[in-house]
Amino acid sequence: MNLKSQPTDGKFGTFGGKYVPETLMPVVDELEEKYNEIKEDEEFNKRLSKLLQDYAGRSTPIYFAENLSKKYGGKIYFKREDLLHGGAHKINNSIGQALLAKAMGKKRIIAETGAGQHGVATAMACALLDLKCEIYMGSNDVERQSPNVFRMKLLGAKVHSVKSGSQTLKDAINEAIRDWVTNVESTYYLIGSVVGPHPYPMIVRDFQSVIGKEIKEQFPKITSQQVPDVIIACVGGGSNAIGTFYPFLDDECKLVGVEAGGLGIDKGKHSSTLSAGSEGVLHGARSYLLQDEDGQIQETHSISAGLDYPGVGPEHSFLKSQDRVEYVSIKDEEAVNAFVEMSKLEGIIPALETSHAIAEAIKRAQELGDKQSILVTLSGRGDKDTPIIAKHLGNNL
Amino acid sequence: MKISEKFREGKEQKRSLLIGFITAGDPSIELTPKLAKALVDGGVDIIELGIPFSDPIADGPTIQSSSMRSLSNGTTTKDILNISKKIVEELDVPVVFLTYYNTIMKMGIEEFLQDAERAGISGIVCPDLPPEEGEEYVKLAKAKSINTIFLASPATNDMRLDNIIDSTSGFLYMVSLFGVTGTRDLFTEYSSQATKRIVERVSGRVPVAVGFGISKPEHVGNFTKLGVDGVIVGSAFIKIIEDNLDNSDLMLEKLNKFAKELSQATRN
Repeated sequence: MNLKSQPTDGKFGTFGGKYVPETLMPVVDELEEKYNEIKEDEEFNKRLSKLLQDYAGRSTPIYFAENLSKKYGGKIYFKREDLLHGGAHKINNSIGQALLAKAMGKKRIIAETGAGQHGVATAMACALLDLKCEIYMGSNDVERQSPNVFRMKLLGAKVHSVKSGSQTLKDAINEAIRDWVTNVESTYYLIGSVVGPHPYPMIVRDFQSVIGKEIKEQFPKITSQQVPDVIIACVGGGSNAIGTFYPFLDDECKLVGVEAGGLGIDKGKHSSTLSAGSEGVLHGARSYLLQDEDGQIQETHSISAGLDYPGVGPEHSFLKSQDRVEYVSIKDEEAVNAFVEMSKLEGIIPALETSHAIAEAIKRAQELGDKQSILVTLSGRGDKDTPIIAKHLGNNL
Repeated sequence: MKISEKFREGKEQKRSLLIGFITAGDPSIELTPKLAKALVDGGVDIIELGIPFSDPIADGPTIQSSSMRSLSNGTTTKDILNISKKIVEELDVPVVFLTYYNTIMKMGIEEFLQDAERAGISGIVCPDLPPEEGEEYVKLAKAKSINTIFLASPATNDMRLDNIIDSTSGFLYMVSLFGVTGTRDLFTEYSSQATKRIVERVSGRVPVAVGFGISKPEHVGNFTKLGVDGVIVGSAFIKIIEDNLDNSDLMLEKLNKFAKELSQATRN
């Protein structure tokens, strides 16, 4: 089976699809049509590239982490998406989709956010392109990621604190979909991860694939290898991971997606959808889910708001089913340790989400030995997480 | 009783059918059959029984809360299948399920349909399953004589509508507005326009029942005048349940009374 799917039927193998209320069906069909048209449009691509370069700060460098490598072995590299405007990879997608929305004549943008990074990126893109912006965020996340909430407001966005359900990312998406159904004619739903009904998983992947494309170009120039031996990225919905992996699907390199293990899969408090979930339909797509025997979606736990989600992008489910990507789980405690270690050894404060990938890289570096190269996508910076870490380590800020 | 027979009956009596929605297990699984009976005694023609789901994206706050009350009681799909059998046996009206697709998928389409058939369920409404994704489901349901009730909305164009009708049996669930479920005070002109357009396009191929927002006898009357074959009331009933959680006798009495008021408005 071809791993690099450009689905016309919205399916990655048996995953994906369009499981949405009828009111949204014409909208996702129209979006698909418009996107397929615009992605070939020279003007659009020129504008996107220019904004990614001048506004967002692309391309991002690959950094060889000498201190970390010396301590743990291997050669550990970081793709520095944390250096982008806003502090995370999210801007790659937000700018792309905001331009698309503008081309479709939409004036109002809604988005969901977990850690707040996608909310911030979307608020920035909307400010830039003069679009009205409203962000849905679970009230738990509003509390634990308060610096980002204030940033969104500064950028001119309205933030809705969602109090239903588990009050995290899942519920923010529910509420955004309800808004979308209600305001479908005026509003563009700017989804922040490779989730949701087709064509979103494909659109977000395409916009995030700039990460993997750059790695492909840069890596041979700074090393003696064409591709890294191992590529690692964290997976919540999975947008930075798919953006990193996609250009490498046909290459000889190991791809590892790291999910949030929370307090441990055995304790039942985690967000490791691919490691411990089963197939189902949520938020418009068929994919792996964390659910009980009746199909009720389970509450998840992770110290990182951006990974705290009971679903995962359908393309990841597909890549798991094809054994192309290995999905593993890293616990809260391991992620916190990696967060601290990275800060002390490299002088880089990584996002808690990314810290899961770093923890996995440290593990593998010790096993693989000095000759192997490991590339980690450093999906975001961790300033937003300093209050959580301080609390976790028993410090008062 | 078959859904088609019920609609034929409505036509003969020159009235639209009143379809009443309640969530199974809210406020308790024991009370659910009594709630259904109160509605039917008040003139409800078809019971739409909601299987609660943790993430009901098509529902507004009223049905969301109702679903959460039911789930926090520990209601399971099996409980609902058992209670449905009882409702079907006791009341001489068709009972249809309202369920999100994950509930069906988790149990397995075939097994879910089999259990629904055994419980005497006449049809299924699945708000997040468009016909495009429901081919196997439609095929298996047809074999079991369970009606597949698909939805249309003001956003549905004629071409889509024709495809939806091809997969629809029992009745077409016409969503009256852009939005989620929940009571509304007024309907705007586009709801009437869309209803007229859809009724005209369907032109009798299947009965059309309209839902979302309908919460007053005058709404029932107005939509009936537009030519629909049925009106669906959900959140307005659930509100009565929510407001009387501490007094089940009063809850039943008020449900029955409100159903009567709505039912009277079905005669054009």
